[in-house]
Amino acid sequence: MQLYSIASLVWQSLRKNAGWQPAWREPLLKPSYDVVIIGGGGHGLATAYYLAKNHGVTNVAVIEKGWLGGGNTGRNTTVVRSDYLFTESAALYDLALRLYEGASRDLNFNIMLSQRGYMTLIHNHHQLESARHKVNWMACNGVEGEMIDRDEVRRMVPLLNMSESARNPVLGAFLQRRGGTIRHDAVAWGYARAASDLGVDIVQNCEVLGFEKTNNRITAIRTTNGRVACGTVGMAVAGHSSVIADMAGFRLPVTSHCLQAMVSEPIRAIHAHMVLSPATGVYINQTQKGELVMGSVLDLYNSYGQRGTFCTIEKTITSVVEMFPVFAQTRLMRHWAGIVDIVPDSSPILGPTPIDNLHVNCGWGTGGFKAIPAGGTLLAHSLAMGQPHPLARKFGLDRFRSNRLVDEGAASGIAH
Amino acid sequence: MIVLRCPYCQEQRTEEELTYGGEAGVERPAPDTASDEQWTDYLFMRRNRKGLNQEQWCCSAGCGQWFKVTRHTVTHEVTEILRFDESFGSELAGPLGGT
Repeated sequence: MQLYSIASLVWQSLRKNAGWQPAWREPLLKPSYDVVIIGGGGHGLATAYYLAKNHGVTNVAVIEKGWLGGGNTGRNTTVVRSDYLFTESAALYDLALRLYEGASRDLNFNIMLSQRGYMTLIHNHHQLESARHKVNWMACNGVEGEMIDRDEVRRMVPLLNMSESARNPVLGAFLQRRGGTIRHDAVAWGYARAASDLGVDIVQNCEVLGFEKTNNRITAIRTTNGRVACGTVGMAVAGHSSVIADMAGFRLPVTSHCLQAMVSEPIRAIHAHMVLSPATGVYINQTQKGELVMGSVLDLYNSYGQRGTFCTIEKTITSVVEMFPVFAQTRLMRHWAGIVDIVPDSSPILGPTPIDNLHVNCGWGTGGFKAIPAGGTLLAHSLAMGQPHPLARKFGLDRFRSNRLVDEGAASGIAH
Repeated sequence: MIVLRCPYCQEQRTEEELTYGGEAGVERPAPDTASDEQWTDYLFMRRNRKGLNQEQWCCSAGCGQWFKVTRHTVTHEVTEILRFDESFGSELAGPLGGT
């Protein structure tokens, strides 16, 4: 692999940039692999990377029906944080954030992590109490998070409407300083490049059509690029998990919904932190290019249509302008949607499935991007060892049968 | 934007005036005789179809009645709107059959 560094940048520029090589190989699908991972988004590519790096399993293919990172990895609002409440969730999401903190060095690819602080506004006394509760829980779990008062919010976010007569008055905020944003494409590209270097075959434009099964095991996968025999199969396909599960012959407690986001035209750097208002479910940050990224609530009906609706634009923008009146004249540039896999307890599903050699990583719902390094680590462990990673045990599909839900949706006040 | 005409009040409603009620035909098994698997399926497991989906909607900002719809989950094309006591034109086929 061609290493990226300041020296290589200078050297290549002296050679008029003619010496750069493609970041990953583009092999044809071989007839057989030890492990086939379905889904070439962040989670699938991270799984392949950690399989090779942590477990030495390199006869691996990642198959992707579109292009790398063209699903939810390229459709989120790039926010990372780990302010979850339950001990098992905190362990999972903080592992992801810690791995992200080291990822640029580990992958030799600048993912442009910018830990500029993630803020959840507090509008009333109920939210104040639950934020205090959360901060205490996070301290017990060894994850940093703090309360800041109204004056500190005003200092950090000077453009925020702090007037007493605002529709949603601001009493203070919850703040996780390690929260931040990442260049999302770089996560897919960085993992793809590092995995490819370790011998993983990444095959794009390769859609799964069905499975060949013997004795409750998948022996081969039929794809648009032909048949591929496999030892073990991992799936990391987010909103399309039910479709793959259906082909394999089981059901998941997942419903697919559309989650929309939008960006404004680029403007000068005026909004330094990520701000979420629990009153409206709207969150906003400014990219390093200057665009304002805005996301809001989930469309509540089942959908696989990867496109947005005008009523959601209207809802989001009215809330943003209520919070930041100065943004009213900014023009929208793009608007898009991704299909997220919503689970009743808003916690992921990790590990074995009813099919003996099929392991799953799904159910991250609206928060999959921030969890990519953890999702990859845990699915890789499951595929290599045949059993879930200790951190994934509470997140098995069997929890719905044993009624041991990890109801993070209620606990940490996930907006959707 | 999903727009449906309520089969009870005959008014046209947009998705913001309606409430989605999940997949139609999820039947509650008899509590005394259902196995744990049947009960888990009833509570949590869904078909989550990509394609035609039979589902329930409520005219919540209007007459308040629940009704049934067949909608394509990719194109959002609506092919059937029925009162709650009416039956869908056909059972949707799927690899898992009628389970």
